[in-house]
Amino acid sequence: MPRRSRRRRPAALVQWAAAAAVYAFLYLPLTIVVAYSFNDSRLNAEWVGFTLDWYRVLLADSDMRRAAANSLFIASAASLVATVLGTMAGIAMHRYRPRLLPLLVITPVAMPEVLLGVSLLLFFVQVLNLTLGLVSVLLAHVTFSIGFVAIVVRARLAGMDESIFEAARDLGATPWQGFRLVTFPLILPAVLAGALMAFTLSIDDFVITFFTAGVGVATLPLQIYSMIKIAVTPEVNAVSTLLMLLTLTLILLASRLAPDALKLDA
Amino acid sequence: MPLLEIRNVTRRFGDFAALEGVSLDIEAGEFFTLLGPSGCGKTTLLRLIAGFDEPDEGELLLDGKPLAGIAPERRPVHTVFQSYALFPHMTVARNVAFPLLMAGKPKHETSARVHAVLDAVRLTDKAHAYPHELSGGQKQRVALARGLVNRPRVLLLDEPLGALDAKLRIEMQIDLIKLQKEVGITFVFVTHAQHEALALSHRIAVMNAGRIEQVDEPDHLYGAPKNRFVADFIGSINLFACEVLEAGAARLRLRTELGEIVAPGPDHVAAGAKGAFALRPEQARIVAPHESLGLDNRLGGRVYDFLYTGDVTTYLIDLDGGARFKALLANSAPGRAKFFDVGDAVAVEWSAAAGLFLAE
Amino acid sequence: MMDAARGTAQQRLTRWTVTGPPFAFLLAFFAAPSLIMVLASFRYPGEYGGLAPLVAAPGAAVQDGGLTLENYRFFFSDLIYCEIFVRSLAIAFASTLICLALAYPLALLIARSPKKRRDFMVLMVILPFASNFLIRVYAWMIILGPESGLSAVLNQALALIGVAPVRLLFSSFAVLVGMVYVHLPFMVLPLYTNLEKHDPALLEAAQDLGAGAWTRFWRITFPLSLPGIFSGAALVFIPVLGMFAIPDILGGTGDILVGNLIKEQFLGTRDWPFGSTLSIMLTLVVLACAAGAAAVARRGAHSDYA
Repeated sequence: MPRRSRRRRPAALVQWAAAAAVYAFLYLPLTIVVAYSFNDSRLNAEWVGFTLDWYRVLLADSDMRRAAANSLFIASAASLVATVLGTMAGIAMHRYRPRLLPLLVITPVAMPEVLLGVSLLLFFVQVLNLTLGLVSVLLAHVTFSIGFVAIVVRARLAGMDESIFEAARDLGATPWQGFRLVTFPLILPAVLAGALMAFTLSIDDFVITFFTAGVGVATLPLQIYSMIKIAVTPEVNAVSTLLMLLTLTLILLASRLAPDALKLDA
Repeated sequence: MPLLEIRNVTRRFGDFAALEGVSLDIEAGEFFTLLGPSGCGKTTLLRLIAGFDEPDEGELLLDGKPLAGIAPERRPVHTVFQSYALFPHMTVARNVAFPLLMAGKPKHETSARVHAVLDAVRLTDKAHAYPHELSGGQKQRVALARGLVNRPRVLLLDEPLGALDAKLRIEMQIDLIKLQKEVGITFVFVTHAQHEALALSHRIAVMNAGRIEQVDEPDHLYGAPKNRFVADFIGSINLFACEVLEAGAARLRLRTELGEIVAPGPDHVAAGAKGAFALRPEQARIVAPHESLGLDNRLGGRVYDFLYTGDVTTYLIDLDGGARFKALLANSAPGRAKFFDVGDAVAVEWSAAAGLFLAE
Repeated sequence: MMDAARGTAQQRLTRWTVTGPPFAFLLAFFAAPSLIMVLASFRYPGEYGGLAPLVAAPGAAVQDGGLTLENYRFFFSDLIYCEIFVRSLAIAFASTLICLALAYPLALLIARSPKKRRDFMVLMVILPFASNFLIRVYAWMIILGPESGLSAVLNQALALIGVAPVRLLFSSFAVLVGMVYVHLPFMVLPLYTNLEKHDPALLEAAQDLGAGAWTRFWRITFPLSLPGIFSGAALVFIPVLGMFAIPDILGGTGDILVGNLIKEQFLGTRDWPFGSTLSIMLTLVVLACAAGAAAVARRGAHSDYA
């Protein structure tokens, strides 16, 4: 797009104002949550004083600690499996152009989450006779994460010169050597970005976890939900702030590794 | 025994026949070129030799042994790709070392050979650079070095000079000829640029729509094309439909729309045969109407345009019979752009041996 | 690329090694559950919730096993279910329009900014997305709550003109705000990606040929941005249709949407067959919308190059 002319046209100012308003709209609510996490008051009404009490309460809360541990464990395991399967899917979709696989990979991402949640609940209980718990949540998280990783990896492959892979074979590399020495190093940034996204999605997931976790397992989002519904304490603000910090870092990292992945192209 | 034998190879994609009954023999140490317009099948044939595709019919033999079923990574054949296909995450040295690594060569031998071949392409100082830091010509030479370092039996080159600008292209052509002579490896070169093919090759196979039209040395292809397609594709040529009036001992008398002319022709041509008369523009002599060089054939006409390209000028002449003719004259008188001007009446003469009759 | 059917055994092995595992996994944990759900919508509910057996035990009553259309009949017999679907569609539509109105100026501005600033601005749009979805909803609970500054100011202003105080939270308004807030980045990003690719020469040519600023936008920028608009709309409309958490947290009792219904059936009433029926209906609605959008997009594309 060309540089605007030096004359500040009224249209440009209006545009800037509109954009600023949208950014304010996006950030204000979150700023409030973070601010209140330091507020020395039980109510989210007015500012009383600065305190770290809520964070101390948070760290002392054993339920919360267990939920955090569960969340981290599930996110790590799910992102690992989803990254491996998603990378394979991304490579397969790019190289072989299969007809059915893209449908299976993309639909869980495109459909409303509640549908995946209930169908998995049905499946686990009715067909597999599986007690809902860590395993069911793990399987569910992998299912919707594969699509994200696959999309990112496929986009990376699409942007590369195809003849490089042929050149590797032409010069004597077996398919496995070609993958190890040429393909994988070149898609690694996308794979890592996909892994980070899968981790973030898993830590953050509410809807699907809600249906597949059953009674025994709590994750951070589920814990936050019950706190919101049952008794709103400022502890929620504190855990929200911490969680925000974590996912913020992860998204920043992911955007460094695969800048085009987050563009959501048509 | 030829190094590479291609026997009756056919390759179809659905209804489309990319190659139809193609047979070729390529000798060891040759610079062999596949020449033809896009879609003629030359790249398909290259991929069959490299192993990225298998023929539907026919076979390919290297050193007398069939190549069928042998994966590309196991064939002693390497390719220089049109886009160079250098590995972006490896330095020049590591790119060039790659085939040696795949072949399991020991480290000390590898680095010695890499340096030797980088010397040969004059890129020693770029050994630790990355591909994105190189110019087009430099990338080309790295691709070449990488293809040669392992001394394959055949090196395939898929229009490697296509992306270079004109001057660089000519420099690279000279480099390629020298390099091929030095290493003695058989080159199979694919291009659609006929002047490039003529300059580089020991032999050329002219291809059209999946078939081989003619395989010959460059001067034979140029001077004695076997049919209309080859005559027209290689260089510039004047073509006129004609009919044989008389088939003499060494020459034929032809009736054309321009009148009667004499030309040499193949042995077994009978009177009444139809075909085309072909004459290269530089074989014609142009004189003023009142002058004469006493050559066998002479036609009158008028210059209607000319193309000045510095070293030569092509005159476009309206012949009296109505046809149009191209004649080429070298601008050997410095400072003079042309000998004849638009509108000048001229006479075109050529000796009988200069033209050619091509049977239908 | 190699014609797959003519590959050697080794190539086929490679292909299945790469395609197999993700394919098998998704077949097992996505395709199969979906099919199970289709089947479940035709079954009877079990005695204690869940599903009745597929094949009725001998001597059992009709409702204890086998397949039936009862669930679908029930869905269409009571108007309230259709009402809820229509309400969900309305909210989804409204959310999409509002998101579009808010996102377009921003996306346009980002696309026209110099490259360095662009990446930063895009990042600033994505970062709120980094926070947990529930947190983003919860933040609006604070802002719209009766104790908040906004409520106080608004109600004082209303009191001045003699209008009764309005409750912002637990209302359709809150649900709409929540939906827009959560999905706004999804509209900005595809729009921006599309707008960034526009050739500036087109606008210069239009200006050169006499078009004013508004005309240039309406006749050139906007039509070219339609694919981006559709992408963004899909990423907002479809998730909103199925959302239940936002009405659950921000909405009142009259604000339940399809998602809430489904959740209620599966976790509350435990009438799984009916829950499945609702899910299938939702799926059909989503597919219909996607197909409709695709048809409109295709028709638009054809009319450009008649």
